[in-house]
Amino acid sequence: MNPFSSGTRLRDMIKAIRACKTAAEERAVVRKECAAIRSSISENDQDYSHRNIAKLMFIHMLGYPTHFGQMECLKLIASAGFPEKRIGYLGLMLLLDERQEVLMLVTNSLKQDLGHTNQYIVGLALCALGNICSAEMARDLAPEVERLLLTRDPNIKKKAALCSIRIIRKVPDLAENFSSPATSLLKEKHHGVLIAGVQLCTDLCKVSEDASNHLRKNCTEGLVRILKDICNSPYAPEYDIAGITDPFLHIRVLRLLRMLGHGDADTSEYINDILAQVASKTESNKNAGNAILYECVETIMGIEATSGLRVLAINILGRFLSNRDNNIRYVALNMLMKAISVDSQAVQRHRTTILECVKDSDASIRKRALELVFLLVNDTNAKPLTKELIDYLEVSDQDFKGDLTSKICSIIEKFSQEKKWYIDQMVKVLSLAGNYVKDNVWHALIVAISNAPDLQGYSVRSLYKAFQLSSEQVSLVQVTIWCIGEYGEMLVNNVGVLQVEEPMTVTESDAVDVLESCLTHHSTDITTQSMCLIALLKLSSRFPPSSGRVKEIITTHIGSVVLELQQRAIEFNSIIQRHQNIKSSLVERMPVLDESTFISKRAGSSQANISTEKSNQQLPSGASLKLSNGVAKPAASPLVDLLDLSLDDTPVPTSTSNDFLHDLLDVGLTNSSSSASGTDILMDLLSIGTPVQSNTTPENGSSIKGFNDILPIAKPNTATVQVVDLLDGLASNGSHPGAQSPVHPSITAYQSSTLKITFSFTKQPDKPQVTQIHATFMNLSSEAYTDFIFQAAVPKFIQLHLDPANSNHLPASGNGRITQTFTITNTQHGQKPLAMRIRIAYKVSNQERLEQGQINNFPPGL
Amino acid sequence: MIHFVILLSRQGKVRLTKWYSPYQQKERATVIRELSGLILSRGPKLCNFVEWKGYKVVYRRYASLYFCMCIDQDDNELEILEIIHHFVEILDRYFGSVCELDLIFNFHKAYYILDEILIAGELQESSKKTVARLIAAQDTMVETAKEEAGSISNMISQAM
Repeated sequence: MNPFSSGTRLRDMIKAIRACKTAAEERAVVRKECAAIRSSISENDQDYSHRNIAKLMFIHMLGYPTHFGQMECLKLIASAGFPEKRIGYLGLMLLLDERQEVLMLVTNSLKQDLGHTNQYIVGLALCALGNICSAEMARDLAPEVERLLLTRDPNIKKKAALCSIRIIRKVPDLAENFSSPATSLLKEKHHGVLIAGVQLCTDLCKVSEDASNHLRKNCTEGLVRILKDICNSPYAPEYDIAGITDPFLHIRVLRLLRMLGHGDADTSEYINDILAQVASKTESNKNAGNAILYECVETIMGIEATSGLRVLAINILGRFLSNRDNNIRYVALNMLMKAISVDSQAVQRHRTTILECVKDSDASIRKRALELVFLLVNDTNAKPLTKELIDYLEVSDQDFKGDLTSKICSIIEKFSQEKKWYIDQMVKVLSLAGNYVKDNVWHALIVAISNAPDLQGYSVRSLYKAFQLSSEQVSLVQVTIWCIGEYGEMLVNNVGVLQVEEPMTVTESDAVDVLESCLTHHSTDITTQSMCLIALLKLSSRFPPSSGRVKEIITTHIGSVVLELQQRAIEFNSIIQRHQNIKSSLVERMPVLDESTFISKRAGSSQANISTEKSNQQLPSGASLKLSNGVAKPAASPLVDLLDLSLDDTPVPTSTSNDFLHDLLDVGLTNSSSSASGTDILMDLLSIGTPVQSNTTPENGSSIKGFNDILPIAKPNTATVQVVDLLDGLASNGSHPGAQSPVHPSITAYQSSTLKITFSFTKQPDKPQVTQIHATFMNLSSEAYTDFIFQAAVPKFIQLHLDPANSNHLPASGNGRITQTFTITNTQHGQKPLAMRIRIAYKVSNQERLEQGQINNFPPGL
Repeated sequence: MIHFVILLSRQGKVRLTKWYSPYQQKERATVIRELSGLILSRGPKLCNFVEWKGYKVVYRRYASLYFCMCIDQDDNELEILEIIHHFVEILDRYFGSVCELDLIFNFHKAYYILDEILIAGELQESSKKTVARLIAAQDTMVETAKEEAGSISNMISQAM
C-alpha cells in the first residue's frame, strides 16, 4: 500500500469537495488530492490508477488543470484489463483534445485494440477514435476501420460507421474507400446500423460528388423501401417514441433523400409519393411527429418537388405557425424564410399570422418573425405592413425597439413610392422611436425633404406638430430644428398647404419659441444646440421682426462654456450686428441636395463614417461627410464653411479640418512629394476658386458655384474686412511679421516668364513646427494683372493658414508687388519636408489666366 | 452534427461536458461561461433554441439540470430535443429515477452511457433497450475483472 496515496475513494473525494463552503476550501482539497494523485502516478501504482484517473476527471470538470494525468491515461489504455482500458479511454477523451501532440502516442494502442478479440474493447477504441482523432491518426487507422465496417456484429458495425464519418470529415480524400461499404450498410436490418449507415452516406454525399452519384443510382430504391417499412410498421416497442416507430431513422432517411434529390428531377419524382405519405400520415401532436414533419418539409423544399407537394409543405408550416408550442412556431418561421425563395405567394398568405408573431412574448420568435416580415414586404403590402409595424413600435419592448426601428426605416426607404407617404411615416417613426433611429436615416429624410419643394411646407408643419408631442426624441428634434430654420417662412405663412392638412397658425414667435426651448432645455445635447443656433440665425434673416429677439437669445450664449456654442454665438452675433448687408445672402435657402449622389456616397462612405465617428461631436458636419461632400451640410456647416473660406484662423478645431482633409485628400496624397497621384485631388480642390485652406470643399461643381454666388471671393477686400473683424480679440500668428529671427534663407518658390514668387521664412524659436512664410509676387510681364488670387494646397500632415494679400492688382514689369503671408504648421516636423502646390489666377486685359506649380525647394528643417 | 454536449446545474455548475469539435481548454471554459449566462437567464416559457455565434444551441431543463447541445444551422432542432429526451430516459432507466446527485457521483457512468448514444456528434442507437443491454454487459465485465483481481490478490496475500 502506497504510503502517499490518499486512499480516498472517488465517492469520498466528491463528498469532500461538495462539502466545501468557499472556493478557497475547495482549492485546498483539490490541491491535496492532486498532490496525492501525482505522487501515486510517479510511484507507478497500479492498483489505484483507475481511481486516480476517475478523480482526475472530476477535478478536470471543476475546471482545474490536469495535464499531469495525460500520460497515465495512455498507460491505462495500454494495460490489458477491460476496466483499465475503459477508464483510460474515457480519460483520454475528456482530458485531451485532438490538437495535443500526446494524442499521437495512442495510435499504436488504438491499432491493437481495434483488432482485439473482445468486441467491447474494439467498441471502446472505435468510440475514442470517432470522438477525438486527428487527421494523421485518421489516415493511419482508416484501413482498420474499413475492415471493421464489414464485421457481423452490429454493435461494432455501427460504431465503425460513425467513426468513418469522422475520418472522412478529417480526411476527405479517403471518402472513396468508404463508398461501397457504406452502401452495403443500407441493406442491414438493425436500426442502429441503419442510422449510422444512413448518416455515413449523407456525409459522403457532402464530401464527394462521385459518392453522391453512386448512391443516387444504387440506393434510392432501398432508402424509399426503408422509409416505407418504418412508416407503415405496426407498433414496435423497442423503437417506439410517441406512437411513431423510430423517428430518428425517419429523419435521417429523409435527410439523405433530400441530398440525393436535390437538383435531380428523376430522383425527386421517384420520392414524391413517399414524401407525400409521410407528410400526410404523420401525427403532429407530439414533438417526435413534428420533428419528422419538419424534416419532411425541409426535404420537399430542397428537391424539385411538384407544386402539389409544395402546397402541402407550406400548409404544414401554416399549421405549425398557429401551434401553441413556441418551439414549433420558431421552427416554422425559420422554414418559411427558406420557403420564400421557393414560393413566395404561398408564404404571403400567412402574412397575418407572421405579423402576430412579431408581437410574441418570446424574443427569438419576435426576431425571426421580424426578419420574415421584412422579406415579405413588397410594393403592394408595404403600406399596411408599415402601419402595423409602426403601431407595434409604440408598445414594443425597449430592447426590441432598435431592431424594429431599423427594419421599419429600411422598409420605408425601399418601398416608398410617394414622397408624402415617406415623410409621413418617417415623422411617425421619429416621434415614436427617434432615439433609436440611426443618423443616416434622418439625414436621408432631410435630403428627401430638400428635394421635394412642394412638400417642404407640409413637412415643416408636420414636424412642428410632432415636436409639440414628442420633444424627447433627439432625431426628431434635430430634423425639426433644421426644417424650421430652412423653411421657417413656409411654416408661418402657411405656404403650400395640402388638402389633407388641418389649418394651423404658427407665428414667428412660436417658431422662435421652439428653437429657444430646445436651446435651453437641460437635456439637449451640444449637436442639437449648435443646430439651434444656426437655425436661429436663419430665422433672424427670414423673420426680420424677430431679429431682435433672436439676437438676444444668441447673445446669452456668448459666454457659454462649450467652445462650439460660444464660437457660434459670437460669430452669429457679429453677423447680425454688423453685417446685415450680407446676412440674407449668407443664410439663403440651401441648394438642393443631390439625392443620387447622396445615396452613392452613403453606400460607399464607410471611411467617411469611420472618420465621422471619431470627429468631435460639435459639428453635425461630421454627419455631413456622409452627404455629398461639401454640399449643404445640414444646419451649421454652410455658414461655418463660408466663414472658413474667408477666414484664415478660425478656431475651428483642427481635428475637424483634418477629418475633412482626411476624407478628401486621403485618396491621393500620402507623401508630400508625390506629384502625379496627388494631382487630380489637388486640381479638384483648387478648382473652387477660393483660397484653399486645410478644410476644403471638393469638386461638386454645381453646388460650389452656389457658394461662389453667395460669397464672391473675387473681392478679397471684403473678405479682409470680415477677417479683421472676426479676428478681433483672437491672437493670430500672421500679424507679427519679422518679430523673430529669420532662420532660413528665402527661396524663389516659383518662376515663369510672367510671374515670380519669392518666399521668405520666419520661425518662432519655441514653436519649431510653425513657420511663417511671406510671399512676394512680382509681375514679369509688360501688362498689369488684376484680380490676382493666390491659392495653395498642402498635404495632409501640414496645416496652412492664409492671410489675405495686400492687394489684388499687380503692376507690370515688377513695378509693384503683392505680398501675402501665410502660416504653415508641419505636424511631422523633422520627419517630412514641406511641399506645396500653388495656383495663381489673374486677369490680363480682361482675359483670365491660370498658372500652377509645385514648390519643392523649401529649405530643410521647416 | 452535434458540436458539444453540456449539462449545467441551475447554479451554473458543470456536470458533464462532451466535445465533438476541436475546442481548446481555454475556449471550452469561455464557451461554458457564455452559454451558462445565455441559457440560465432564459424564462421558462421561451422556446428551447438560442442562436449563438452562428450555431444553434438546443437546451431543455429537466428538474435542476439543463441539457444543452450545440448544432449547426441546418440541423433539425426538434430532433435534437428528441435525442436529449432519449438520453435522459436511458439515464433514468439505468439509475432508476435519476437525479442530479446520481450524475454527480457517477459521472463516469453517465459518460459511458453518452458514448453509447453519440459518437462523432451523431446518433448511434435509437433503441433504449440495446443501449441498456450494452452498458449492462460492459458493467458485468468490469465486475468480473474486479472480482478476479480481488480474488488473486486475496490468494497472494493469504499465501504470504
